[in-house]
Amino acid sequence: MASHLLLLVVFSFFVSLVFAVLTKDDVREQIRFGVLLFGGFVCSAVVLGWLMYPIPL
Amino acid sequence: MRATAAEETQTGGLVLLALASWAVPGAGHLWLGRRSKGLVFLIALPAMFAFGLALSGRIFSFDLSEPLAALAALADLGIGVTYFAAGALGYGAGQVRAVTFEYGNAFLIVAGLLNSLVVIDACDIAKGRK
Repeated sequence: MASHLLLLVVFSFFVSLVFAVLTKDDVREQIRFGVLLFGGFVCSAVVLGWLMYPIPL
Repeated sequence: MRATAAEETQTGGLVLLALASWAVPGAGHLWLGRRSKGLVFLIALPAMFAFGLALSGRIFSFDLSEPLAALAALADLGIGVTYFAAGALGYGAGQVRAVTFEYGNAFLIVAGLLNSLVVIDACDIAKGRK
């Protein structure tokens, strides 16, 4: 398994899950916060990836 | 000022709770009756650590001549008994040439650091701060 995107998604899932359960007590709030965190992780990584695209290696 | 017997018992219980929570992710929350939280930590954190091992990550050992490796070892150690169990079973040697080596390290280190947060959270709950 060497897909960067898949690994990013799996990593984001675990971190979002633990943070959401850790910081919120209500299940609805946990889901809301977890989804927000997960989306933030994935979207920011994709946006940053595209911003770095023109930069030569 | 000397601590009273009740305070000493409370401190002893807190240390025991922190140790249990560190050794087995989620054990502290389960002990305190936060079953759903404890179960999530009990499943998610070892799974994340196992994922790191499957990605050819390395379980760092304490080598003070390499400060960054020592810090990574400290973070890895945060996962508790799993750190020693994985080492004893021969996992975590790490394959530097593997494409997923750095990803594996990130999974292992972050799993340990997240468990450290879980330990602090369990202590906060026990102290009545949460």
